[in-house]
Amino acid sequence: MDVPEEGSVIDGFRLAEMIHAGSMATIFRLAGPDGALPLIMKIPRLGPGERAVNVIGFEVCRTVLGAMPQSRHHPTLVAYGDVETLPYLVMEYIEGDRLDDRLRRAPMPAEEVARIGSAIALALEDVHRQDVVHLDLKPTNVLFRRDDEVVLIDFGLARHGHFPDLLAEELRVPLGNWVYMAPEQIVGVRCDCRSDIYALGGMLYELATGHLPFGHPVTIAELRRRFYRDPVPPRKLVPAVPEWLQEVVLRCLEVDARDRYPSARELAVALATPEAIPLTERGSRMRRAGLPTLARRRLRASRFKPAPCPPPLLETPASRVVAVAIAPQESNEALRTAMRDAARQAVAADPACRIACITVVPPAATLSGTGEENSATGRHIRRLVELRSWAKPLDLPEERVTYHVLESDKPAAALVDYAAMNDVAQILIGAPGSGALPWRFAGIGREVVGSAPCTVTVVRPRAEG
Amino acid sequence: MGADRRAFLGDLVGYGADPVAVLDLVEQHASKGAIVVMGNHDAAALGRPDDALSGSALAAVDWTRAQLGARHRTFLSSLPLKVEADDILYVHASAAAPEQWIYITGPREAAESIDAGGRHYTFSGHVHEPKLYYTGTSGRPMAFRPVPGTPIPVAKQHRWLAIVGSAGQPRDGNNAACYALFDTERERLTFFRVRYDYESAIRKIRAAGLPERLALRLERGT
Repeated sequence: MDVPEEGSVIDGFRLAEMIHAGSMATIFRLAGPDGALPLIMKIPRLGPGERAVNVIGFEVCRTVLGAMPQSRHHPTLVAYGDVETLPYLVMEYIEGDRLDDRLRRAPMPAEEVARIGSAIALALEDVHRQDVVHLDLKPTNVLFRRDDEVVLIDFGLARHGHFPDLLAEELRVPLGNWVYMAPEQIVGVRCDCRSDIYALGGMLYELATGHLPFGHPVTIAELRRRFYRDPVPPRKLVPAVPEWLQEVVLRCLEVDARDRYPSARELAVALATPEAIPLTERGSRMRRAGLPTLARRRLRASRFKPAPCPPPLLETPASRVVAVAIAPQESNEALRTAMRDAARQAVAADPACRIACITVVPPAATLSGTGEENSATGRHIRRLVELRSWAKPLDLPEERVTYHVLESDKPAAALVDYAAMNDVAQILIGAPGSGALPWRFAGIGREVVGSAPCTVTVVRPRAEG
Repeated sequence: MGADRRAFLGDLVGYGADPVAVLDLVEQHASKGAIVVMGNHDAAALGRPDDALSGSALAAVDWTRAQLGARHRTFLSSLPLKVEADDILYVHASAAAPEQWIYITGPREAAESIDAGGRHYTFSGHVHEPKLYYTGTSGRPMAFRPVPGTPIPVAKQHRWLAIVGSAGQPRDGNNAACYALFDTERERLTFFRVRYDYESAIRKIRAAGLPERLALRLERGT
């Protein structure tokens, strides 16, 4: 293939201006009919003398993006060419700024760091739920849509649990951006979603302080220093950083993946509810570890054993799923309690079951109003927090409860679809007229009962007296 | 299934109580162009000694041999140990020495088979759990446990050895039968698990007086 340039036509796609020329690929916008989805074409550098990892990265990107259902949190793959004859990927063009643009304003106020952080964490959660670990999170791979929702791009180093990991052996030099790379990634682990949480922690550190937690390592020895050398506490660099933010950032940057947040969702929720973050020594420390500790850690680092990868977060149809439908902003305490009692009964009947807490909100596009309070991400987080606070008294282990904020104009249909797709065994839903039930949630029970593919239990609070 | 061509990777007989019906069916497919290779249990049923077979397998082999008529024996003995077609090699065990019935239990054995065969794709049986071995740029194979129903891109930049898994002799706790579908045009390989009427198979095994172990396995999957 000739060197592609503006005006070239590849497989019927006409290239417009080049927007990126990197070591792995060049990216062009595509000229297309007005009104169609704006597209880009990414053309990997695969000529002689280019690295084999470029070819594999191309295959990986194609496989991973191709396998993920359409989502607002990663670009949609539209078309691709054959790796041997005409390698290219055509993807949705995402208009918006990148995290590295926003980093110019670092250090930022804690609230802004938290808002950006929870938006990224939500996008990560979406990716992780599909058994994908990104493994190359860095500011240039984090985009913001106009409503501030985060899109993660460049899945060329990602790992999808449903496909053979073609990059598993390309590890003589650790692959990915060394600045944000998790310790376990340095030793070749590619299956731990908490590696992405570590990278996000590095970016939060940068947003909060304007500094990199581990500088710019150039040699492997420098890269490995993070096994034992803790970063300077953010509060030492920027005294305005509150303890809760330092707590979150340093927890993300823990060497052992088991000491970090267990999931991106947990991290998103923590950042959305700073007042609920339990503070430990991490949050208040003002200096790095002293020499004796450092010496001990160095010794331990030489025998560094990465934590085993956690099981995939995928919806596991193997266990029975009980879906609990809760209206957004449900404030009727009697109904909330009755729903909890019903959930407890379901758990008692089948101790292995999983409780899926679900709420349905109108799609982002139909929302009126602007500003942070009404941003899609902020709203999403608030609904997640609500669901969590509802489920908390149930006291179920983390892996037994999941939270889902579905977007739809038709809550009943969304619930029924969810139940069908996830093999839900039972739906618990509040009785009509028993709560404040804002936004068309009232009365959907009957509709769900009529069309659900499973048992539906309509829960009514006990009458007073 | 949408397959243009079928391939049977051996051990047609020797475990179940329907050897004659199975051979009739496979022979019918073979006459229409299906690829069939010989497995160690097939060889044993023909009277070829096999030290590796367990007690219950030996008992089943003896029983099977008594069921087979001359035509079935002729068909079985006509089966090759391996078949090479286009860029694909079909072999029951390892292509490195098909007659030695070497189990492909890890990347090393997979590498030997891939190297000996020299094709981009190798399909094997013998080991009962589905597994996909693939080589990266260094040529050293890695193992992957396929997710049923997910089409896996299998580009020719790599070499692939697929253990398809067994139809009716599971070892992974899942009593569904295994098969795989290879789309040569789009270079996609999909592994499947499919439920079948193992209860009838168990009843027949018991009725034939075959070892109870063979019956239990069909239900428990181990």
